[in-house]
Amino acid sequence: MSLPTALRVENLCKIFGRVAAVDHLSCEVRSGELIGIIGPNGSGKTTLVNLISGFVKPTSGRILYNGQDITRTAPHKIVCMGISRTFQMVRPFYRLPAYKNMIIPLYSPRVRQLAGGQYGDRNAVALDLLEEVGFERDAHVAYKPAGTLPQGYLKRLELAKAIALSPDLLILDELFSGLSLAEVASIVPVIEKLRLAGKTIIMIEHRLKELFRIADRIMVLNFGQKIAEGAAAEVMASEDVKKAYLGSEE
Amino acid sequence: MKKRRERIDRGIKARSEDVYALCSWREMLYLAGPRLLPAAAFLLLPLFLGVYWQKVMISVAVFALLAMSWDLLAQTGMISLGQALFFGMGAYVSGILNFYFGAPPWIAIPIATVLGGALCTLILLPVLRLRGIYFSMVTLIVPLMLVRIIEATKIFGGTEGLSGMTPLPSTLTEIYLATGVLLGVLFGLRRLMETDYGLVLKGIRDNDRSVTNAGINIYWFKTQALFISSTIGAFAGAFMTHVYMFVGMPVFALDYSILPIAAAVVGGGGTLAGATLGAVILVPLSEALRGIGGLRIVLYGLFLVVFIVAIPEGLFDYIQRKYHQMERWVEIDQ
Repeated sequence: MSLPTALRVENLCKIFGRVAAVDHLSCEVRSGELIGIIGPNGSGKTTLVNLISGFVKPTSGRILYNGQDITRTAPHKIVCMGISRTFQMVRPFYRLPAYKNMIIPLYSPRVRQLAGGQYGDRNAVALDLLEEVGFERDAHVAYKPAGTLPQGYLKRLELAKAIALSPDLLILDELFSGLSLAEVASIVPVIEKLRLAGKTIIMIEHRLKELFRIADRIMVLNFGQKIAEGAAAEVMASEDVKKAYLGSEE
Repeated sequence: MKKRRERIDRGIKARSEDVYALCSWREMLYLAGPRLLPAAAFLLLPLFLGVYWQKVMISVAVFALLAMSWDLLAQTGMISLGQALFFGMGAYVSGILNFYFGAPPWIAIPIATVLGGALCTLILLPVLRLRGIYFSMVTLIVPLMLVRIIEATKIFGGTEGLSGMTPLPSTLTEIYLATGVLLGVLFGLRRLMETDYGLVLKGIRDNDRSVTNAGINIYWFKTQALFISSTIGAFAGAFMTHVYMFVGMPVFALDYSILPIAAAVVGGGGTLAGATLGAVILVPLSEALRGIGGLRIVLYGLFLVVFIVAIPEGLFDYIQRKYHQMERWVEIDQ
């Protein structure tokens, strides 16, 4: 494939104290691709997401988005450039109805910019977006306080908040964790639809089976380094990956 | 048989959270009453009070403004221990304008309000990135530092302060200026916090990363909240300069930092109305206890503790709940 490169990470390092959370990592994500990043606990997946989204600044290395250097760009500016992410830990406004949780992303300068300077009726847009990720409109789920919603809906709310920003690159940090098989199955079509719309997607996942079904390419991290990359089957056949997940034989 | 307390929303509250269909005078009064009552009280009461209690009322309004200014910052996730900074800055700017440039109060007060607010915002701008206790400590230190600067450099009258400010025309003018601004700020800020803009501010308190992740520059919004808040505090200070006809180092005193927090906590933070209610209770209480003498502060402190322990959510939330809900005991099966 000769799709343009959406994101290029060059020799990225992040050292916390004496631990290298991300260790000389280089990789590329092509436009329109769905790449899955996997790895054992503490392998640096979430740090990588934090680095790309600008919440954490790297010790060394560069991050290029559409050819532009975003290594030192403030996180809110990165969002306005079209990269949006979800958080592994969902922390909504528990007392507010779900759709009110959507107001803050819809208040974003990016949303106004894309709408040609107008914000429009945020409540209506919020309800539409929530319906898109599976808040049944007839059941009025979107009107319930976020604190009363089950985990599945909270994750969907998190996804809807990211989609509200009309990102070109969407990073989903363990979207499926803590969800039942049925809940995962109901979110997968939403992701597929985003892909058809041409979004580039990076998924950090522990749920390998579900991930392999939708990802174009898998990258495996261990101790902050890339130990394998490629199609799901070949990655899982790699000796290094087996060792990382199951421990070495010795 | 065990019993359990059941809470039921009153009719009109249950019908809808925010869209009301008003069918009768009774329902209209149910909604308008809680808003009209304090407004009417603030506007009519001064006419029936003696001079002493009129002065107390001015004090109530000033501390209510400071408490609301504190509450607005707290709602944006900035816990300030230094409302005295805002108050003192407004007081000194107005004093200087009046003393050195001869600006009459109706010019000095508005300028001091905006300029004082802007100066406070500028001073605190570098520490906006600090969170939690670190921000609080800085706000506590800055006004105390300014006092020492004035003392050491002897500027603006030094320890003596500046006196002989132009007073406002009459006590009633003073009262209505204070209560008018108080009501405006109370209802204005309450409305502001209900808008999407207010939601973003509250979002910064609850989860600032999530707001950043929405592409919003939280520091810009925090700066705006800080400016609104310090403007309110600066007005209170500028106003008091012309009531006392004096401005000096006491305007940076700890009282102006701590009492507003006490008011906001007793009344209930996060509602603005609670902050006002707290000031309405605490300031007259402190005056009423004056006759007792030495034990005044002890009793005052005791009262505060009892209040905070008994109604930790704040008086306003408590009253609001009682107003909107009926309670009854129902029997439940084991």
